[in-house]
This record gives sequence, C-alpha cells and structure tokens, in this order.
Amino acid sequence: MTLLLLAVGFGQSWNVMLAIFNLCLISAIMSMGLNMQWGYAGLFNAGVMASTAVGGLAAVLISYSPVGKAWDAGGTELGIAFAALVVTIVLGLLVWKRMRPGRARSLSLTAVVLVGYVFIRFFYEGASSSIEAVETAKTGFLGGLGLPVLFSWAAGGLAAAGLAWLVGRIALGLRSDYFAIATLGISEIMISVLKNEDWLTRGVKNVTGLARPVPYEVDLQQTEWFVSLVKWFHGSNLAESGAGSDALREVILLSSGVFVKLCYSALFLAVLLMILTLAMLALNSPWGRMLRAIRDNEVAAAALGKDVTNRHRQVFIIGSAVIGIAGAMLTTLDGQFTPGSYIPLRFTFLIWVMVVIGGSGNNLGSVIGAFITWFLWIEAEPAAFWLVGLVTSMLAETSPLRQHLLEVAPHMRMVLMGLILVLVLRFSPRGVLPEQAPERN
Amino acid sequence: MEYTTDLLNALVLLSNYVLIPALSYGSQLALGAVGVTLIFGILRFANFYHGEMMAFGTMCTIFITWWFQSMGFTAGFFPTALLALPLAILITMLLALATERSVFRFYRQRKSRPVIFVIASVGVMFMLNGIVRMLIGPDEILFRDGQKFLIKAGAFKKMTGLSEGLALKQTQVLTVILAVLAVLLLFWFLQRTRTGKAMRAFSDNEDLALLSGINPERVVMVTWVITAALATLAGVLYGLDKSFKPMVYFHLLLPIFAAAIVGGIGQPVGAIIGGYIVAFSEVTATYAFKKFLKYLLPSDMAPDGLIQFLGTDYKFAVSFLILVLVLLVRPTGILRGRVL
Repeated sequence: MTLLLLAVGFGQSWNVMLAIFNLCLISAIMSMGLNMQWGYAGLFNAGVMASTAVGGLAAVLISYSPVGKAWDAGGTELGIAFAALVVTIVLGLLVWKRMRPGRARSLSLTAVVLVGYVFIRFFYEGASSSIEAVETAKTGFLGGLGLPVLFSWAAGGLAAAGLAWLVGRIALGLRSDYFAIATLGISEIMISVLKNEDWLTRGVKNVTGLARPVPYEVDLQQTEWFVSLVKWFHGSNLAESGAGSDALREVILLSSGVFVKLCYSALFLAVLLMILTLAMLALNSPWGRMLRAIRDNEVAAAALGKDVTNRHRQVFIIGSAVIGIAGAMLTTLDGQFTPGSYIPLRFTFLIWVMVVIGGSGNNLGSVIGAFITWFLWIEAEPAAFWLVGLVTSMLAETSPLRQHLLEVAPHMRMVLMGLILVLVLRFSPRGVLPEQAPERN
Repeated sequence: MEYTTDLLNALVLLSNYVLIPALSYGSQLALGAVGVTLIFGILRFANFYHGEMMAFGTMCTIFITWWFQSMGFTAGFFPTALLALPLAILITMLLALATERSVFRFYRQRKSRPVIFVIASVGVMFMLNGIVRMLIGPDEILFRDGQKFLIKAGAFKKMTGLSEGLALKQTQVLTVILAVLAVLLLFWFLQRTRTGKAMRAFSDNEDLALLSGINPERVVMVTWVITAALATLAGVLYGLDKSFKPMVYFHLLLPIFAAAIVGGIGQPVGAIIGGYIVAFSEVTATYAFKKFLKYLLPSDMAPDGLIQFLGTDYKFAVSFLILVLVLLVRPTGILRGRVL
C-alpha cells in the first residue's frame, strides 16, 4: 500500500498523493466506526452517511462566525418554535406515559401533536423565511459559534452520537434487514433536512470558506521561515538550475500545497492512531468479548444475563460517534459543507466495501481496507482512462466509440467496487486481515 | 348552482394534481414492491439492487426503442417503448438469472445468513449502477413518443366550462392499465398454476415444501424471472411517465422498500396496497391545498398560507417517515407479513 502511494507520489505528483492519503486516513476512521458496529456487534448500519453529514454540520456550526443580523431577524421566533417543539414532545410523552392505552389516549395524543404542529409551523415559517432573507447571496443562515474548527471534531462525534441514540431508539429492536432499511431511510431523511433547511445549513447553496486548523498556502508563500525551508530542502536542485527566481517561486507554490496537506495528515494521523488504540483496547476488553459473544449467539448471551439491546445501542452510538468525528474532519479538510454531495453510494456503501475487504472485526483490517478501497476508488479513473486510451489507440481521435469510451471511463470504478465486494465476499469472506481468534488461556 | 361549480372545480383540481399522479406513481411503486416482496418471501433477503434492475431494464428498453425508431418502426399513437418492452424484459430476466447463478446460489447452498445476501446484493448494486452509467450515461433521458395527452387541460376547460383544467397523460392511463394486467396475471399464476403454488408453499414453509418434492432451484429461478419482468415494467412505466435517470432509479429503492414493508413483507397484495399508500401520502403531504380550500370554503374564510404539510422538497422523506412509523408501530405491516 505504501509502495502504491509512493508510486502515485513519483508518477502523478506529491500533492495528489497526499490528497489521496488524507482521504484514506478519514476513510479509515469511518470504516473503523462501521467496523465497531458490524464487526464487533453484527449491526447492519446502512446509515453511515447520516453520521458523516451530522459531523460535517457540526463543523459548520462550531467554526463559522455567527451571523448577527440573521439572529436579530428570526432568532426569537425560532426560539419560540423550538420551545413549542419541546413542549409538544414533553406533553406527548406525558400523555403516552400517564394515560391508559385506549381510544382516549390516541385521541389526546393526536390532538397534542396537531396543535403543537400548527404552533411550531406558525413561528417556524416566519423565522426561517426572515433568516433566509438576510443577505441571501452571502449568508441567509444563522451561522455558527465562531470557535476554532478543531473543537468541531469532538462536537461532530457528540452530535453523531446524539443522532445515533435517537436512531437506535427507533430501529434497534428490528432484525438485521429491517434495521438496514430503517437506517438507510433515516439517513436519507437527514440529508433532505440538511438540503432544505436553509436557515441552518444554507441548503444546496452550500457553506464555503470554513476556517482551517492549518495555515493557508498564500500566507505560507509570504512567510520567511517557510521560504528558507524550501530553499534549504531543494538547495541542490535550485543551484543546478541557476537559482532563478521563477524556478524558486514555482517550487514554493508546490511545496506550500504539500506542506498544508502534510499538516492535515499529521492531525488526521494523530486522531486515527488514538481511535485505533482505543478501539483495539476495547475489542480485547471484557466489553469487546461480550459484544462478540452477543454477535455470535444473541440467545445464548441473553441467557447468560447480558443485556443485548443495551449493548447494541452502546456500540451503535460509539461507532456513529467515530464516524461523526471523521465527518467533521472531512468537512474541515474540504473547507466547505455541501449537503448535495452526500449520496449513499459514496458515504454508506463504499465504507461497507472498506470494512468487508479489510476484514470484519479487525480494526487494523478496516484501516487497510479503507486505504485499498479509497486508493482504487480514486485511481480507477485515471487507470480506466489509460486503459481506454490503450485499447482504442488504433482508432482515430474522433471515432465515436473512442469518444464514448472516454466519456464513460469514470463510471468504471463503480463496477470495480462491486466486483471487488462480490469477489471478496465469495472467496475470502474474512477479508484481508481476518478477525483474530480470541486468546485462550 | 355556483356552489356546485365550485365543488366540481375543487374535485377536478384535486384529481389533476393529486389523485391521478398519485394513482400512476402508486402503480409504478406497487409493481416494484411486488418484486421486492417476492424475493423477500422466497429468498428471504432485502434485495438492494432492485432499483438498479429497474434501471437496467429501462435502459435496455431505451436502446431497443432507439433501434426501432431508427428503422422507422414506431407504435404510432402509443409509445414505441411498449414494443421494445418484451425484448427488454427477456434481457433483464437473463441478467437476473446470471446474478442468481454467479452470486446468490453459492450463499443459498451454504445457507448463509440473510445479511450476507444483502451485502452481496449491495455489490451487485454497485456493479449494475456502474454498467448502466457506462452504457447510457448518467444524464436524464426522455424516451416517450406517440400521443402525449389523452385529454388536454385547455380542451377540458372548453368542454366542461369549468375554470380548472384536467390533463390526462397517456402514460398515466397506460401505467394503471398495464399494472392491473400484470398484477392479475401474477395472481393467476400464483393461485392457479403448479409452479405458482409451489412458490407459495416454498415461501410459507421451506422445509415442508422440500419434503413434498418441490424443486427449490426451479422455484428460485421462476422468482427471479418474475421479479425481473415486474422490475422492467415498473422502470419503463416510471421512465415513460417522468424520465429516465440512473440516480433517480437508485433512490426509488426506498419508497419501494417502504411500500413492501408497509404492506407486509412477503405479501404481494400488501405490497400493492403499500405502493398506493406511499404514493398517495407522498403526493398529499407535499400538495398545497390553498386553492382547493378556496373553492370549498366561503370566500371570507379562504386560508392565507399554502396549507402544505411539508415542503415539496421533502417528497422522498415522506416515504421514509411512513416506513419508520410502520416499523415502529406495526413491524409486520398491514397484512401481517413475515418478520425477518
């Protein structure tokens, strides 16, 4: 794997290589989160995308500076709407808990929900339209807290955990297939909320220009120590080419990109190692053994007094939190939040491919699976172009077949991923690094 | 008199924007959901590549339609796609049988857990998604020809003298008629023929069916063949009614799952009911009732707002909400299906 990445470094460029490497790291964290749910506990979570997106939302809400005008315009009304929502939920729960089951309870519950809905809707409509009217082209949303973006990684984890708690309440009692469908459905609902609630996320208008935890390329190029570092690093090459200022400038431009990406890599690597260590410790702890026991035989584990549903909920929340952290990191890396870009193929099922390839139940396996899968996902495109070029080299530049093939080459990666998933599942269902058999003393 | 006109106007308005679209969309969903529920009933797993199967079948239909059109061979008043449909169904059947042979049979013989089947179907989903995009491209394609409207809004206004128009698209009528025919044929097959009875027996109790000499390979093959035919029909009707776009077909998977689960998994009748429930709630929840109420209520009581339960953008979310609600309140579905 390292060799492959190095090959990209020499073959394409170091910038491309580091971009792939960074996303590999993030994907590795995501697949570790999913591995906890699927590999440790056997939960088929098809809503990975929701955790990722909530993590990304957290990055926006933490790091974006607050939009004062929007708060003035619709803050109070939004507050009232929110309070109405809370009151409705509390009243609804009270009715549900306190009254005896029967027609009276259903009727009063319906009444509470309906009245609450009208109230919320009334205030919420006004709030959202007045917030969205504030400088629509630039802001038109509430903004965030204006805190350093690194905080958002933790916040992303927490937010995803909160969502997972809610999803778990709804879906965890269901059997495997139903659980998969329910989580897939909930994640789609989540995405459509993010796409359409412009006051919160600007919707499909996207939030761009998020603050960075690392320096900007442009600033670096002006900085004294960076320039001298580059000079020192490339000293011999520059001397040969005559130390012209043009050559120097070009090298500085390139290396500033590399440097920024390296900073990201260091941050991501730190998080990855931390989570990896914790995950491995957890897997080898009594808790991890209990989860595996539940996964392998729920009935037997329940008979031994293990609380199956609660353990499932626990691991579902923890796994989602890890994915949420990765989601916040992804948004930080991109510097923008684009709700429209969250599609299940890329953010749910691709992570599944990573976990299955790497070896369900093995943390290191998930990391390796993520690296392999992401590498293939990215490099399949140039490889397909190259292949098409090779195959059609006999044809004329303008031949329609060649044109068509070049056009469709990018979709090759979907086929490749599916093929790999099916083949691995068939011929090596335990993945690249199989789950280690528990030590017996 | 004036009140009667208002009432008629309101009714026409409602059927134009809610009833007729929901009826044809519901029929399309129902056809898809029956396929999903059959696979659930016989093979006992949630088939995640059903949407891609629909896309594949529709793609074949489009290619054959273009081929026919290039030969100057059209259906005149009807869409040419109807002529292409049988051939496309055959190709999709072959595809379904090929995936069954190459992917699913192995796990079936090893009696793997349903989850393994689901993951394998995700793999097939990826592959088919890529193949469809490679062959026909990811863009939106309109392949309808022939007469578009049976009744045009303007002509309807002139004919009845009402201020609301009613437009009836040919594809809407075709959808409902073909869906009814397909479903009748399916039920005749399941209830009257030997193979159909074998399928029902197999779905009800696998071991007992095997004991009484039913050939499981045959049952599974027939199930895939029927599913492929229904999926292609559903996909083509949806594409004729709206348009063909690979991504949209992938997203259709969820309303279809919702329909199958709402109706009760493994229950074909339930799947049909579920399809209409999902379609009607999607359309009703996102329709703005302002104009409708304006006709019905006295003028001083006319509402100010749009009277829309949810924004139009939440169309897809509605089906998932129903899905989640049903899973919570009655996980067996309306017709007490199997709990997997």
